[in-house]
Amino acid sequence: MMPKSKRQRQFFYIIPYGIWLVLFVIAPLVLLVFQSLTTPTGHFTLHNYAIYFASGTYLRMTFNSVWYAFLITVVTLIVSYPMAYLLNQLKQKQFWLLLIILPTWINLLLKTYAFIGLLSKSGTVNNFIGLWGVVPQQLLFSDWSFLLVAAYIEIPFMILPIFNSLAEINPRLEQASRDLGANRWQTLRRVIVPLSMPGVKAGIQAVFIPSLSLFMITRLIGGNRVITLGTAIEEHFLVTQNWQLGSTIGVVLIVAMVITMILTRDRARRSARKGR
Amino acid sequence: MMKKIKWGNLYLWLMFVVLYLPIIFLITYSFNAGKVMQGWSGFSLKHYGELFADTRILEIVVNTFLVALLSSLLSSVIGTAGALYIYNIKHALTKNVFLSLNNILLVSPDVIIGAAFLILFTVMGFSLGFTSVLLSHIAFSIPIVVLMVLPRLQEMNRSLVASAKDLGANNWQMLTRVILPVISPGIFAGFFMAFTYSLDDFAVTFFVTGNGFSTLSVEIYSRARQGVSLEINALSAMMFMVSLALVLIYYVISTRAAKSKKQGTRLVLPASEGL
Repeated sequence: MMPKSKRQRQFFYIIPYGIWLVLFVIAPLVLLVFQSLTTPTGHFTLHNYAIYFASGTYLRMTFNSVWYAFLITVVTLIVSYPMAYLLNQLKQKQFWLLLIILPTWINLLLKTYAFIGLLSKSGTVNNFIGLWGVVPQQLLFSDWSFLLVAAYIEIPFMILPIFNSLAEINPRLEQASRDLGANRWQTLRRVIVPLSMPGVKAGIQAVFIPSLSLFMITRLIGGNRVITLGTAIEEHFLVTQNWQLGSTIGVVLIVAMVITMILTRDRARRSARKGR
Repeated sequence: MMKKIKWGNLYLWLMFVVLYLPIIFLITYSFNAGKVMQGWSGFSLKHYGELFADTRILEIVVNTFLVALLSSLLSSVIGTAGALYIYNIKHALTKNVFLSLNNILLVSPDVIIGAAFLILFTVMGFSLGFTSVLLSHIAFSIPIVVLMVLPRLQEMNRSLVASAKDLGANNWQMLTRVILPVISPGIFAGFFMAFTYSLDDFAVTFFVTGNGFSTLSVEIYSRARQGVSLEINALSAMMFMVSLALVLIYYVISTRAAKSKKQGTRLVLPASEGL
């Protein structure tokens, strides 16, 4: 009697959820991989992968994309770690954290759009540095502006996990380290930083993967100087209409994503166990 | 020691200024009498006038909110069903498989989701427009609802369900009278997250929107590519107010839930959507 009612219940739940799983999770991914393995007429081929790996352009683009994602991650990490550390020392830290989170709720396009105004040739930044007699520079459509805007947008996503892992550290550990004669710097380096590694890993994961697939910022701010994997996919799907090759790059992006997750997960799990 | 703390505070202030500068800049210039985002030429509300006279933008605002509302409602229903299903699975491995499948769309870059959905709609012979955007938004919002509802279910006292069963409640009564009231804060949080995901999404929508239909993000993108227009600044000021109101509502409700329940639903970052 009871198992039957449970089975009915489960059946009732799985219908909508199962349809979603099959139709919108499994099918799209299978189709993407399938697309990368076919010719436009639907025959099986490895030609797309051959094009990808044989042409210097695609490989260079991929390395470039990984390099920029790496730079964005490093910049946000350097800026965010002290920020998260200092936030943790404040009295009303939940309130200040909310102020960090708030900008992420504002539409991404609008934040990017603001930088078009700030960085343009006769824009505010140029006017500002002009006060010191610097000639107006072309700030927009450069690699630097791309880095700056991408880092600006990703900073909260790096701060939050680091903040959370710092908040979990037992304050007695810090006191113990001081009592045992460690100075401020040693405490930070030997106690705080190692214990906050899970947060750092989570932050790297949260910043690196989206940075690989950036495509809107490369167009609006980078002026197409930086081509990321995301830009290439968008280009192949919506401009040149070469879906097969676009899907191939998509598969490469998925592989890069999985590698990143494996690299950042393994260590995180080990330290999380230690932390408990 | 004293000096160190002061440097720290300076750094914090500097960072907060940097974080908010672009937003304040954007909103300030929406009141500029001039035409561009530089050189202040006096206070004016004329860009707001232009905004309210622009029927295309107003239509897009209505569309965007309609998609957000419908997609968050439907994804809340489907996501809650999914959370209940996963909660009831006894086998640990099966449970993990379902959880991993659930999280695929959360971790995938938006470009991949957009491209894969575009292939899906094309293969199914679905025409691109309102329905394809709505379906995509429902699809990428479901996993976050599941993740918001599941902890509530796990916190739920199992004896509640058992006693309801003993007292002769059928499946439907058990769901509507016992389970749903207990997990409602989680469903609400999921609905809310889905709503903001939908409002913020750019990349997925950009892929599946086709020619006729547009949402705010896509419209801002195409206008920004043509150059600066202060009408967008006026629009961004309005949208900032909406985001602020949404965060406040969410914050008040979740702290109230936290007070009564001891453990509130935490404010979660919207995923870095649309990059």
